[in-house]
Amino acid sequence: MLAFLIRRVLQTIPTVLAVVLLVFVLFSVVPGSIVSSMSDDSDPQVELRMKKQLGLDQPVYMRFGTYIAGLATGDFGTSFRTREPVTTMIAKRAWPTLQLIFASMAFAILLGVPLGFVAALRPGSLVDTVSMMLAVSGLSLAKFWLGLLLMYLFALKLGWLPSFGYGDGSLKYLILPAVTLGVSPMALLARTTRAAVLEIMTADFVRTARSKGMSETRVVKWHVMRNALVLILTTMGLQFGALMGQAVVVEKLFSWPGIGSLLVDSVLQRDIPAVQGSILVVVMFFLAINLLIDMLYGVIDPRIRYA
Amino acid sequence: MFKTIAIVAGLGLALAATAEAQTPRKGGTIRMTAPYGSSFTSLDIHTTQRAQDEIYAKALHRSLYIWNSAEGKPVLELAKEDVVSGGGLVHTFKLRDDAYFHSGRKMTADDIIWSYNRIMDGSKAYPGARYVRVIEGAAAVEKGQAKEISGLKKIDDFTIEMKLTEKVDPGFYFFTALTSIYPADEAAKESFIQKPIGLGPFKFVEHVPGSRIVLERWDRFYKPGKPYADKIVVSVMGEAAARDVAFRNKEIDTSVLGPAQYVAYQSDADLKGTIVEVAEVFTRYMGMNPAVKPFSDKRVRQAINYAIDTDLIINKLVKGKAYRATSWLPLTSPAYDKAMKPYPFDPAKAKQLLTEAGYASGFEFEWTTSQNESWGLPIVSAVIPMLDKVGIKAKVKQVETAVLAEVVRTGDYQAFIYSQASGPDPQAALKCFHSATPQAACNYTTYKNPDFDKILDEAGQTDDMAKRIQLLQKANALLYEEAPVWFFNYNKAVMAVQPWLKGIQLNATELTHQNVEDLWVDETSPAK
Repeated sequence: MLAFLIRRVLQTIPTVLAVVLLVFVLFSVVPGSIVSSMSDDSDPQVELRMKKQLGLDQPVYMRFGTYIAGLATGDFGTSFRTREPVTTMIAKRAWPTLQLIFASMAFAILLGVPLGFVAALRPGSLVDTVSMMLAVSGLSLAKFWLGLLLMYLFALKLGWLPSFGYGDGSLKYLILPAVTLGVSPMALLARTTRAAVLEIMTADFVRTARSKGMSETRVVKWHVMRNALVLILTTMGLQFGALMGQAVVVEKLFSWPGIGSLLVDSVLQRDIPAVQGSILVVVMFFLAINLLIDMLYGVIDPRIRYA
Repeated sequence: MFKTIAIVAGLGLALAATAEAQTPRKGGTIRMTAPYGSSFTSLDIHTTQRAQDEIYAKALHRSLYIWNSAEGKPVLELAKEDVVSGGGLVHTFKLRDDAYFHSGRKMTADDIIWSYNRIMDGSKAYPGARYVRVIEGAAAVEKGQAKEISGLKKIDDFTIEMKLTEKVDPGFYFFTALTSIYPADEAAKESFIQKPIGLGPFKFVEHVPGSRIVLERWDRFYKPGKPYADKIVVSVMGEAAARDVAFRNKEIDTSVLGPAQYVAYQSDADLKGTIVEVAEVFTRYMGMNPAVKPFSDKRVRQAINYAIDTDLIINKLVKGKAYRATSWLPLTSPAYDKAMKPYPFDPAKAKQLLTEAGYASGFEFEWTTSQNESWGLPIVSAVIPMLDKVGIKAKVKQVETAVLAEVVRTGDYQAFIYSQASGPDPQAALKCFHSATPQAACNYTTYKNPDFDKILDEAGQTDDMAKRIQLLQKANALLYEEAPVWFFNYNKAVMAVQPWLKGIQLNATELTHQNVEDLWVDETSPAK
């Protein structure tokens, strides 16, 4: 297991490097720069000196080398705009983003998985039809629009929840953004669970279990559920990572102080170190979650070995 | 002398009048919104020129001057007196001796000198440098040729002498937060950026990046009895629809309205009364590159102004949330000429001018634009068929706003559509068309006209304010005739203000920038 873990961690290094290189090259070729966005009428000499100070006068390969050397020591660079270390900026935003993502996934799992199970156990029934209609709707709804609808209903009409902001970080501020972000993975999990359970229900080993006289509850609990979990877990892992990217829209809509809104503003203002740092954190989170999921496979299905 | 013509909605006036009539109430929380992005750029206001950041800075910091919306001009803030000598170039300021930083230390002349020297650090490209540069010797500091601005002299702790390079009103240069006065000792520390200290009516409490800034009353603020409110919360709310819900839900006290919301609020009996509007000092226009052959001909540029039904676009597309532009100077400019009429919509005249210029069969050009809803792609899309009718074909080149800012400064365009500050100082606004003004500064269309230069130079030399205004009007009229741009509109800034928030000022430089010490909430506020 430890060898597997080390191997997987080492495998992530090329992925991270590739992402860093891609972002670096991309922001080296896109038009617009931090220097021109700082002032409407900077003296050209000042611009040159500022570029020098920020290291923007160096060739791309040299800047990339410096950046990689910094990363190796945990230094993500200094923000062009705020003059703060990027790690400090990200640290301030990481907890709200994690709160949002974990709450969204909790909502998605707690609602989506049971919904998929119930639908699969009674295929073609009213429950199945309604569940899948909800799932399809959840997948189709634009997050921005859904968020506004929820704000309108639960804040403006019912007055149960605040419509925006982080407040003191308490649950009442988290609910609306988390549900907005969680509806799409909830729908996907419901559909995945239904498909997985339906497939397993017709498998030979399930038929065998039933023919041995095992009760339906035990069949579902010990054979169907456990086998379906592998597929569900894979979907969950992918969704966890995807939520980091999707959080951008929700954070902006609800004035949620996460990494997503930092990324948006940094891109618009060409704050390259902040953009690189934010993307790097998103990628590392995605990789970490998937590593965790891979390890959980072995727990759920003992046939999977980490040779 | 700089009289402002504020354009105010009926109920906006009523709001202001009511505020004046009532006795301000102490206490409560003012809940403002910052609508121009997903976050504040920095807590170091010297580093950022975004309007978004100045919203909180108006509470936290103070500059030598402050914008007085009622008078429509900058007035002394950190100084009690300005004695002018040396042919109008030397200003001796008697500073306040009762202004305390939030650290508890009294402000002195050293803090002003330190702050202006900091802004001129050429390696940092602080945006406020464009203002401080008017002080003699400031440019040398920026270029690294001197360590201190030679034109700034401390006479004593509360007297400072400032020698300018031009005969201008320094108020227009030193009223924005970009030239805020920092405490020389504390601001040099690294912790300053995390916990800024200023001279404003409210002191810093908390910044939740991407969400809000919280400030509380500074009891040693130098204006007796002010500020009225205990606290100010400025929430970052970049999404107009989210602001709308929050405003209707009474969670925020102010909300900037876009064109669609402007229409919706006007037609809603409950919300109509919350609207406050002002003609801001921004001119929206299409700039034409004179190096591109058709645009080098004045008749072609005039033809474009005749060919576009500007009123139709303002009414239907911008939903009336703009004022028709006549020439460059906006309605609120002291040099605005009310007698001047905008180019009429006259395609036949446009066609005739194009024929005279040798473009009877029209021509094609590339039009660079951002996606901005008020002065970007939607406007360009509406104009293209109008130009097409007189034979002019436009190809759209869409770029990000940040890129557009670079495009206009480098001249890498055939034509562009933009929004540019055209005030509050009419002389500075028109100087953007002076041939000596570099393109990278603000002469984006590289306009050159010796007659225009002469009029503007003359205006800058005269001490007779009436004559100066007359000359500036003449220069503005010349621009109208020369039509270096398609004069589109002047921004109408519209904000919804809850009925319990009093003292809102109709700030033509930027409506969201309020002198917050004058704001107060009555007992009906949910955050009283």
